[in-house]
Amino acid sequence: MTSDTSRLGFYLLLAPILLWLVVLIILPHVGLFIVSISEKIGPREYETGFANYAAFFNEPLYWRTFARTAIMSILATALTLILGFPIAYYIAKLTRGRTKTTLFLMCMIPFWVSELVRTFGWMILLRETGVISNALQYLGLVNGPVEMLYNDAAIMVGLVYTSILFMVVPLVTTLDSLDDSLIEAGYDLGGTSTSIMREIVIPHAMPGIVSGCIVVFMLSLGNYLTPILLGGKDSLWFTGMIYTQFITRFNWELGSAFGFLLLALSSLVVFAGLKLSRQSLTETMGRA
Amino acid sequence: MITTVPQPTFAKWCYRAYVAAFFVYLALPLTVVCVFAFNNSVFPSLPWEGFTLAWFFGNEAPFIGVFHERAIIRSIGTSAFVAMWVSGLAVAVGTCNAFLFVRHSFRGKALLYMLMLLPLIIPGVILGISILVFSSSVANTLEDATGLWFDGLRPGLILVILGQFSFITTFATLVISARLQKFDPSLEEAALNLGASKLGAIRQITLPFLLPAIVASAVVSVLMSFENFNTTLMLVGSDSPLTITMFDKLKQGSTPVLNAVSLLLIMVSAVLGIMSLLFQSRKR
Amino acid sequence: MMPFFTLRGCNLSVSYPDLACSDLTKDFDAFRAVDRVSFEVPQGSFFSILGPSGCGKTTLLRMIAGFQSPTSGDLRIKGKSMIGVPPNKRPVSMVFQHLALFPTMNIGDNVGFGLRQRGVAKSEIKTRVAKVLERVGLPDVSQRRIDQISGGQKQRVAIARCMVLEPDVLLLDEPLGALDLKLREHMKVELKSLQSAFNTTFVYITHDQSEALVMSDNIAVMNKGRFEQIGTPHDVYHAPSTAFVAGFVGDANVINAKVSAVNGAMLTLTSNAGTEMKIDAPANGLSVGQCAQVFLRPEAIELGTATDGVNVSRGEVASVLFNGANSSVTVKDQSGDLLKVALPQTGSFANLRTGDSVFTRWDPKQARCYPASGT
Repeated sequence: MTSDTSRLGFYLLLAPILLWLVVLIILPHVGLFIVSISEKIGPREYETGFANYAAFFNEPLYWRTFARTAIMSILATALTLILGFPIAYYIAKLTRGRTKTTLFLMCMIPFWVSELVRTFGWMILLRETGVISNALQYLGLVNGPVEMLYNDAAIMVGLVYTSILFMVVPLVTTLDSLDDSLIEAGYDLGGTSTSIMREIVIPHAMPGIVSGCIVVFMLSLGNYLTPILLGGKDSLWFTGMIYTQFITRFNWELGSAFGFLLLALSSLVVFAGLKLSRQSLTETMGRA
Repeated sequence: MITTVPQPTFAKWCYRAYVAAFFVYLALPLTVVCVFAFNNSVFPSLPWEGFTLAWFFGNEAPFIGVFHERAIIRSIGTSAFVAMWVSGLAVAVGTCNAFLFVRHSFRGKALLYMLMLLPLIIPGVILGISILVFSSSVANTLEDATGLWFDGLRPGLILVILGQFSFITTFATLVISARLQKFDPSLEEAALNLGASKLGAIRQITLPFLLPAIVASAVVSVLMSFENFNTTLMLVGSDSPLTITMFDKLKQGSTPVLNAVSLLLIMVSAVLGIMSLLFQSRKR
Repeated sequence: MMPFFTLRGCNLSVSYPDLACSDLTKDFDAFRAVDRVSFEVPQGSFFSILGPSGCGKTTLLRMIAGFQSPTSGDLRIKGKSMIGVPPNKRPVSMVFQHLALFPTMNIGDNVGFGLRQRGVAKSEIKTRVAKVLERVGLPDVSQRRIDQISGGQKQRVAIARCMVLEPDVLLLDEPLGALDLKLREHMKVELKSLQSAFNTTFVYITHDQSEALVMSDNIAVMNKGRFEQIGTPHDVYHAPSTAFVAGFVGDANVINAKVSAVNGAMLTLTSNAGTEMKIDAPANGLSVGQCAQVFLRPEAIELGTATDGVNVSRGEVASVLFNGANSSVTVKDQSGDLLKVALPQTGSFANLRTGDSVFTRWDPKQARCYPASGT
């Protein structure tokens, strides 16, 4: 079909997506990069150079925060995978029909609610005058109020909570597609639970594991609310630094450089994850 | 491991206990948020001072309920306004994209598809600052050139809408494409064969088939827009949507008003979420 | 079910059947899927369980494999009870309906899976995998992926994956169901020859009577959770012991009739439409006035010109169904009963046309007769 009308239709369909991607995604990121390599030498006077990136590497606070954010995000991703996999397996393989739908729904509901509300809930639970502190005192396990907020463990609890759905859902989908008869065949041929997990279930679930890990890592890396609210003012999260440069210090050039570094890190990890598991972005993310 | 293979009873119960513990972990924060919305105390914490509805309907300080708290009511309005625009735009563009990717083959399609997925892997904060930086520099250039003001390109609702639209469209595209892929094109051909025009066939046959996916993605877009924080934070101007207002209040110190708003949000989210699932399950 | 008990202890060459079930029963809530089934399968034989879908044959097979536990009864393999033994510890292997080849592994790793579970040394796994693949006629494929081989080759890989473990019994769950007709015909022959080459006991379930008839040494016909008959393919086809077997295995004209006279083994029946028939059916248990079902195979009816004799009737060709060697005609007799008659393969009567007048005749020994169900 190469008639003029279908040609026209094709361009009409092409226009919105190009407009969207070029104006809202590509150009802004090019712009971000250009700003990040601008050095301010006077009021409204700039010169191209890598001084902002140099500032990042020369100031230990900056690159340490960056490294800390990356490591904590990797840790959060690993924890989410370890905690989420058994749940996904339970929902996909050990329940059926109604129970399955209900459990799946119960998993989803917390994530339809704003992240702010969820984090607020953890604040009520963990703070000095909070529910857990009171419960521990009531049970006689501690003598005075305990402050459980404003430390790395609290950040970790919040990060895992915020992102676990994005691990569980892709895992349930891939595990659901694993035919029970493959597991039965494994047993029939003399396999044990461990060897079947290792040789049949996990290789099959790999695409789900990869896409879950990518999304969780990204969400943790780019998270702002959880570290600020649960980790307190000194939480040292890289997104917090970006915010400070942009909104408080009004140093957009340095902020852009920070933003670009964060983007580079997240892209690198996504790329490495896809390469390691021999998946492509299109097939991993396109099934959302 | 699976139901047909016998497992030791002890292991089975341990597994069940873990699953139960997990769901407690999931439910706990939301439960306390809801419960403390009814506590007759100025702090959302123990001890329990008795049941009250003052945090919803009260209008005497310090018990100013949600429905009398101007800032919150106004920010709910702002959020709704933003969500409507984002949802409408995202669904419209998403539907076009679905037709483009499912029905047409052209050079660079794979590349374009990959670009379309990119917003999924760009952290929200970065999306926010890149749009902020870009729109500001465009505004600066235009103002220098013309001497006029371009408020729309400065932080404010228009940028918030564009910022949210920039990544929510990807979700809408994926949901609608998945549905369109299941559509049997011979139905449309049958309509053409029976004398319908090309557009008529799409309007009368294809769009009704897509409707569940369109409604579901509209509802999901509203939800995502309502709860978005990272991108919005960077682009917000003087009118702040609900999440931003709540964040500011939370930084000043939490009061049970926030619990009351949260409770309302949880209820609305649950209803919208279940609605979107119902629409998607009507696919079959 | 244990006929060799008396020999125990005094004769070391005691042989137990490879598989023996006694009163095996499986209930799902109120529904009884398998109802007191007992049978034995001697070593090296090909045993088929034939029945319509939902008759309980899959449940029975899964109990043997260990994926369902029986509600009551016993199941022994080489004399050892398997009750409470998990599937990974049973000396049986199963070829699944859709084969269940592991898509994340190549063919060599698939076939070597069971050996790896047993902790066999790597080099030995390699030689044994190569050997078994050669025996099923697929040398040099171990590096290939599952989706790179054809449907028939997959069957053979699935069998190799089981046979490399040298199981006492190989279970096959309708493995030919997903294949197209030509390949299915071919695989029937191949399965049978693989079975005799490995000399392993096969237990095969199917709803396709021709698969069961062609391959089996013995067939059990199953219906509603029970075994209706166990016998050789010849017995099951020519001497069905119940009306269900007669109707399910092979093609048959079913005539509802009433017994009008009994003379020793010789019965006289009148069909509901009024045709009179004589049937030689020893030990049928029928008495005068009882309703009965008569089963008559199309190939047992002769077309001819003889105008009198036993079970001869005049009729008219109602339709001609040409199907090569399996061509047949339906003949409507004077009282209106329709009979399907196979055309002789010699080519005579090839010119029959609808409306032609013919005489049909059949031997009283060729028909089977059972009390009508529900009376």
